[in-house]
Amino acid sequence: MKSTAELQEKSVTKIDTKWRFIYWRSAILYLLPSIILFSVFLFYPLGKTLYLSFFLTDQQGNANVFVGLENYQYILQAESFHKSIKATILFVLYTVPTGVIISLFLALLANEKIKGVGIFRTIYSSTMGISVAASAVVWLFIFHPSMGILNQLITSIGGTSIDWLLHPNWALVSVSVTTIWMNIGFSFLIILGGLQNIDDHLYESARISGASYFYQLRRITIPMLSPTLFFVITVSLINAFQTFGQVDILTQGGPSESTNLIVYSIYREAFVNYQFGTASAQSIFLFICILIVTILQFKFGERKVHYQ
Amino acid sequence: MKILRPTITYLLLIMTAVIVFFPVVYAFLISFMSGAELLQGKFIPESFHLENYQKAFERLPLAHYLWNSFFVSTVVMLGQLIVSALAAYAFVFIPFKGRNIVFFIFISTMMIPWEATMIPNFLTIQQLDWINNYQSLTIPFFAIAFGTFLLRQHFLTIPKELKEASDIAGLRSFKFFWKVVIPYCRTSFVTLGAYGFLTTWNMYLWPLLVTNNDQVRTVQIGLKQLQTQEMASEWGVVMAGVIIVIIPTLILLFLGQKQLQKGLAQGALK
Amino acid sequence: MYSVELKQVDKSYDKEQLVVKNVSVIIEPGEFFVLVGPSGCGKSTLLRMIAGLEDITSGSLLIDGKTADHLPPSKRELSMVFQNYALYPHMTVEDNITFGLDVKKMRKKEKKEKCYEIATMLGLTDYLKRKPRHLSGGQRQRVALARAIITNSPICLMDEPLSNLDAKLRAHMRSEIRELQRKLGITLIYVTHDQVEAMTMGDRIMVLNEGVIQQVGKPIDVYNTPANPFVAKFIGSPPMNLTTGLVDKSSSKITIRDGISIPVDRLIVNDGNSDQVLVGIRPENIKFQEESSNLDLTFEVTIDHVEILGTETLLKFKWNDKSVWYAKWYGQWDIRVGQTMRLTLDPDSLCIYDGKTEKLLQGPQNIQHQNVREGII
Repeated sequence: MKSTAELQEKSVTKIDTKWRFIYWRSAILYLLPSIILFSVFLFYPLGKTLYLSFFLTDQQGNANVFVGLENYQYILQAESFHKSIKATILFVLYTVPTGVIISLFLALLANEKIKGVGIFRTIYSSTMGISVAASAVVWLFIFHPSMGILNQLITSIGGTSIDWLLHPNWALVSVSVTTIWMNIGFSFLIILGGLQNIDDHLYESARISGASYFYQLRRITIPMLSPTLFFVITVSLINAFQTFGQVDILTQGGPSESTNLIVYSIYREAFVNYQFGTASAQSIFLFICILIVTILQFKFGERKVHYQ
Repeated sequence: MKILRPTITYLLLIMTAVIVFFPVVYAFLISFMSGAELLQGKFIPESFHLENYQKAFERLPLAHYLWNSFFVSTVVMLGQLIVSALAAYAFVFIPFKGRNIVFFIFISTMMIPWEATMIPNFLTIQQLDWINNYQSLTIPFFAIAFGTFLLRQHFLTIPKELKEASDIAGLRSFKFFWKVVIPYCRTSFVTLGAYGFLTTWNMYLWPLLVTNNDQVRTVQIGLKQLQTQEMASEWGVVMAGVIIVIIPTLILLFLGQKQLQKGLAQGALK
Repeated sequence: MYSVELKQVDKSYDKEQLVVKNVSVIIEPGEFFVLVGPSGCGKSTLLRMIAGLEDITSGSLLIDGKTADHLPPSKRELSMVFQNYALYPHMTVEDNITFGLDVKKMRKKEKKEKCYEIATMLGLTDYLKRKPRHLSGGQRQRVALARAIITNSPICLMDEPLSNLDAKLRAHMRSEIRELQRKLGITLIYVTHDQVEAMTMGDRIMVLNEGVIQQVGKPIDVYNTPANPFVAKFIGSPPMNLTTGLVDKSSSKITIRDGISIPVDRLIVNDGNSDQVLVGIRPENIKFQEESSNLDLTFEVTIDHVEILGTETLLKFKWNDKSVWYAKWYGQWDIRVGQTMRLTLDPDSLCIYDGKTEKLLQGPQNIQHQNVREGII
């Protein structure tokens, strides 16, 4: 009796390991393309960036001299990097809250159940389909000192024209305005999707109890929308850190480095000055910043988020 | 009261729509203006002539750039769909050990900014001799964690009975994937496809790095060239270029807006 | 047609708690076998183990006399109908029905013919080109049935297939499934929580509770002589009335209420392990008493609730001022709520269970429907 029981148990484990192996093998097959691509184009380069950040490099990007943390010391002391950090932080502050609030406002408008709202939805989301290069070029002309519509408007009402992109104080604002406009489309689409996911019954019951529009907004819409807003804020933050194209076309980081956002700074350091070592150190800095922001977001943001 | 609210809503809708859409309309109008008209500070062109468009195509191999962009975007889109779908399938339907850990690693790659890896990637491409090559513009972008995540979320909604029913019928894993999973999650595939196409079409920094001649250069870089060349006066030509570049993606967006909105919101929230 | 045999089958998900405990049963070829029990009793798990969708923790499973413990689902030669039907939403009804045939090498024309044949049998011919979402619940149910039977599998498993239908359709589909099974002669294992389905459909039923077999047998036998108080309460609507009784061994009587004691067989009294027993009686065996009789099983109650169901009348009252009892009489009785009545228990219809082990000590002596039952079956 005992021996049969033992025998049975053995056969069970044998078959189990066989199945485990089969699952493993097929899982690996399905995951292989992703794993290879991630390894070659993400994990390896991330390690390589870290590695390069400890070296002085030649023009081909070969690591020559090990310098330890000197690259980091250098960038942390360099005034231009300070400027770049300051510009990036200001840029984040200018673009993220404004962008999210505008998109939320548009989404609330476009979520009203009235005739012809579809066309407005299309218009609001349209900026998502417009590339960085195209947007930047159009705004470049809007900001044009003499022919641009902005200065034309200002002078026509008797004001003095502003050097939107040439004045250190205005340049970052101008880049921010462009960025906000570009990001409206995506944020709007996501928030509208979030709004449409809210159960209509909630509003119906609120209407029956006589709640006003703003009361409903405060007590139903915003709490129910919080996961969506959380997502949009995270994405906008990360996007802001990664801004490049607008800067390259509108200001090239100038005037006097007032718009030298971190990615542009990395680009210049690496591909204009061929300082791959310090550029890598900046990249690691960027990576850590984004990591911290994401972790903080999830740690503190998630608590206030109300999931359905 | 009953009339007031819609009136205010329409008023706000129209005002905001005008502001949001203004840059596009502005670019469209300027693309028909001659240099002289522009200098006079006009807002509406006198006549709608296509001279600027013609010039834009003459100055640069814009048609070739458009084709490059189209080809690259399509390849990236397909690559992303296939690679993400395969990975998502493994995460949902194959109960292998360590699935959660591997998935977590996948998701955490979303936190690595692509720019932080750009320097070694550029060096790799250089070593592979992929500069000015379609490979360099496509292959690095095939694997995206977001795509895997989006599809996985949708795959999870497939009732497990569908898988069980096909297990009982004896369908092979790949056939189930092909015959059931893909058609069932069509909307997510469309969303991810549109998203991938849009982002690739609009990519700027990477093509700037890995292309330095006309061979595979994309239309976004063409736009920058056009702008730097024509800086002086011929803004009409530049704007014509802008319109040419944005029309394909705008059409795509208009067609897929509803789908994109639903799909992205779903992927973002679940 | 194949038999299915379970031998001391256990199932545990967390290696600690058993959701199915030591289940052994032989399901005969061509039998309509119903697994019934409250939700969470392990009946679906058992079915899924037979299907191969869950593995067996210990014990073994034999299909057609051959060990099938580790066969993948597709090799077990069975079909399955799921509670939510598991229809593929993107396929037409026809594609859904022929889905199981795709794996088998079969010519397109043959497939089509087969599909048409089954569709005719189930009245689906008009809907073959539609998608499942354009069908009603009953039609979807039929598509799921069609998909299961088209493969000609000798065993068919059904997991609560009727629970998503409304009451009227459910009654209709009960007989339809039963007829289909008879016509095809397949072995059908049917899971339900609805005791009416179990009673009306099964050749045999198995009552499960908390993973343990309570009773296996013909529906009518389970109804008449429930093996323990759980089965007594679970099978039958309204359930069997139960009360505690005190055993007096010297006079071999069981006292169930002040002034009511039942004389019982001495042997049964001595069998019991304790002084307490549970006494049960079906609602239809409580009678209206016009005048006091010589048998001392009469008692007086106040009626709390009356339901007249057309052919029968259901009364609700309190027994011993605490437990709720029911009486069910044929015909339409004009009884008002609050009315006091004299009722009597039929002494030959009582079920007596041991107070501790809950084992049946004595079943009913006169199974009333004996003659009628034999006439039907």
